[in-house]
Amino acid sequence: MSSREEILNRIRQHQTNISTSLPKVPNFFDKSVDIIDAFKKSLLIMGGTLLLVGDADPLQALKEKIKNANVICSMVPEIKGNRELNEQNLPKELDDIDYAIVRASFGVAETGSICLTEKNLMINTLGYLPQHLIVLLDPAKIVYNLHDAYAQPEWYSVNYASLHSGPSATADIEGVLIRGAQGVRSLSVLLIS
Amino acid sequence: MEVGLFIPCYMDAMEPEVGISTLKLLERFNVKVVYPFDQTCCGQPMTNTGCEKEASATEALFVKNFAKFDYIVMPSGSCTNQVRHNMNAIEQTDEVTHVRTHSYDLVEFLHDILKVEAFPWANFPHKVAIHYNCNALRGLRHASMSERREAFFSKPKNLLEKIKGIEFVELQRPDECCGFGGTFSVFEEGVSAKMGRDKVLDQRNSGAEFVISADSSCLMHQKGCAQRMGIPLRYAHIAQVLNGDIR
Amino acid sequence: MNHLLQEEEQPRGAKIRGRHPVDQLEAANRFIAATAHEMMHDNRLWDLRKKRDAQMHAIPEWEELRQLASDIKSHTLDHLADYLEEFEHNAKKNGIHVHWAKDAQESNQIIGDILKAHQAKSLIKSKSMLGEECGLRPYLQKEGIAVVETDLGERIQQLDDEDPSHVVVPAVHKTRTDVSKVFVKTLNAQPGNNDVHYLAEWQRETTRPYILSADAGMTGGNFLVAETGAVVVCTNEGNADLSANTPSLHIVTVGIEKIIPKMEHLAVFIRLLSRSALGSPITQYTSYFRGPRRGGEMHVVLVDNGRSTRLGKPNFKPGLKCIRCGACMNTCPVFRRSGGLSYGSVYAGPIGLILSPGYDPHKYRNLPFASTLNGSCANVCPVKINLHEQILAWRGELAKQGELSLSKKVIMKALGKLYANPKAYRQAIQMGDKILQYLPHFVVYNRLNAWGRQRDLPEAPKKTFHSWYKKHYMNGKGDEA
Repeated sequence: MSSREEILNRIRQHQTNISTSLPKVPNFFDKSVDIIDAFKKSLLIMGGTLLLVGDADPLQALKEKIKNANVICSMVPEIKGNRELNEQNLPKELDDIDYAIVRASFGVAETGSICLTEKNLMINTLGYLPQHLIVLLDPAKIVYNLHDAYAQPEWYSVNYASLHSGPSATADIEGVLIRGAQGVRSLSVLLIS
Repeated sequence: MEVGLFIPCYMDAMEPEVGISTLKLLERFNVKVVYPFDQTCCGQPMTNTGCEKEASATEALFVKNFAKFDYIVMPSGSCTNQVRHNMNAIEQTDEVTHVRTHSYDLVEFLHDILKVEAFPWANFPHKVAIHYNCNALRGLRHASMSERREAFFSKPKNLLEKIKGIEFVELQRPDECCGFGGTFSVFEEGVSAKMGRDKVLDQRNSGAEFVISADSSCLMHQKGCAQRMGIPLRYAHIAQVLNGDIR
Repeated sequence: MNHLLQEEEQPRGAKIRGRHPVDQLEAANRFIAATAHEMMHDNRLWDLRKKRDAQMHAIPEWEELRQLASDIKSHTLDHLADYLEEFEHNAKKNGIHVHWAKDAQESNQIIGDILKAHQAKSLIKSKSMLGEECGLRPYLQKEGIAVVETDLGERIQQLDDEDPSHVVVPAVHKTRTDVSKVFVKTLNAQPGNNDVHYLAEWQRETTRPYILSADAGMTGGNFLVAETGAVVVCTNEGNADLSANTPSLHIVTVGIEKIIPKMEHLAVFIRLLSRSALGSPITQYTSYFRGPRRGGEMHVVLVDNGRSTRLGKPNFKPGLKCIRCGACMNTCPVFRRSGGLSYGSVYAGPIGLILSPGYDPHKYRNLPFASTLNGSCANVCPVKINLHEQILAWRGELAKQGELSLSKKVIMKALGKLYANPKAYRQAIQMGDKILQYLPHFVVYNRLNAWGRQRDLPEAPKKTFHSWYKKHYMNGKGDEA
């Protein structure tokens, strides 16, 4: 008997099959909440930065941020970087990037999260190996809470997706908060359609 | 209404005045209180050590002593919790079920059954920190607990608030265990004493003059720690305060 | 900075002597004796508890979420085999290789074989309690594979050759100076520089080359979603994403109890997990692996290691709901004063008390007694595990298996006899401390006298309640009635 059969047999012998039916999960939607405002607040709590949309040039703040950077990799048409990526790049080759600029699939107001999938990133390490990450997010694509977030269609089609909530962080030494533990040192979000 | 009074074993031997306050307090409300002479212990030391077999004769004796009463009242949340929730070593006869479902801690009995509105004979012009025994708090639900998202309530506080002059202070860790834990206090002595000292420091820093609890066992432990630390906090069982014996 | 804290030597964990019962109390006493470490540890974890409380109060449906989480887990455990098969089916469809390991040894071997088949000599990994449970790292190192932990806390513990002391914050018992000493010795860090930012940065700089050059990456799994065949991993550092996405080979090791039916259920657990663990709304990274990345290969090893056996024990089955948030440790007053390493077990604190004896009742027979049964743990638990009831149930189970210490056995037998016999009990009480005569000498001096070591003994009153009642209510009669 294979281990698989052995394990499944033992489970079937021990599981009761009689418990409560699978509970239905409510959405807990609170329509009094201003979703965009809530997203901004949550993003800041998680250590993210909000880039303001400029009046004359909506991308002004973003451009300001990257103007002194050496290596910029942009996956969005709005900004041109100086590092092109293609699907043949090895994941580790993204290590020297200072700023990666990507567009998120959606955002979550409850937690200030943005969802980045393999389609947004092209190469998954783009979300982690660069020093800083800048994310464009369509404010119309911010959902209220995690119940909405996990009801999105992305989860059924992509092989990889991640909710980023602020930058990489650790408090493993004496509880002192450090941003930029193993991944990006900062995460900036620009709300723009 | 006939009430069987159970005086916990450690209280009988070490804190008899709490038993006396309890008895006299109940009698003020025209309750007929009977103290069965053959009582010993609720069985908790054995049960909590995993020795159910060793607890069974003690549990049977408890039931024999108290089955005939309308209510069984004891000035201890911890013992009440044992009887109500953990008296499992003996066969669950109707008598046993009666005893388990009619056992009340003094605070519950005053608050929920007698619904006492006033203690005009009592006076307590002191700053007070309430100590919740963990079994009373999380087992009997004497009060809301900080772990849960629930509205604040406190039966001991509701009772004490009816006393003239009393003033409450809050602890930094209002429902942290003090480390008594029954046999834990001797089997795990080092951790127990450390928890006790931390509790005493929290009480002192709160500005309390008195610590009041529905359980003498925790208080014996805390008092022992406070005395060793040279901290002049005073400890009283809630029965002593409600009956006006400590003022 | 507190100088006393930084000068004090780090207390070490329990002394492990094979399968000999771990003396948790001995290690806890040493931890308490390191007063500054103990105070830091207690305050740090209590701070996490307070942050958790703040998050709880911000979510009106908190208690409803806990109930849902508990119900979803109960349901899933009762249909575990079906959901595992559903997961396997969907994961395979997505191109994931699925393996089944009945115990730690088989799990290690499967992982070792996958690595060998890929000629992998180096592995970067994110934190996995299951990996610790199976002794994976020592196994792989023996097989000639260099393993580097990528979580800061776990890396510190790896470099110090010490187990993680907490499931979420593995180095929470160490001061910055303790960490600095480890990094000076192992990573060639600047001696005497115990600035936390420097230490974290130094670790980042020294780990990055391993991440870039590793042949394989490994993660644990916080959840498996049957409906989509996906693995969900939560970290704050992004180190799981680096470990999984940088090398071309990604291996996941995960316990079979981590499965949940559908995506809608994932929301419930993600809302609870980090709020319970660290008091943050969500981990910085909540990552979802539904298949291998382009050009990569992904393996999931489903590990049993005692779980299917536990499923058949009604008293202890609820332990399988655990999502490893560590909230029970943060709130446990014994854990905060003892340090996680005092338990001498992969799982420490309340959850450790109920899981460890399941693996080895003899070795871990003292653990269920390292609790006051105060019940705080069960009430912070996001999946509502009845922790303190299971701790008590384990005491009973250990007594049945003959695993109580001699002093406990002797004392409880004597007490049980005494309390069952009112006459003998009365005599003993009337004779004051003669009650101690019922107990053998060594027990009295080793255990019961423990009360007076750090606490004053209560002054014995002149008479008992019993004799007072007899005098005032019964005209001196009563016992004979």
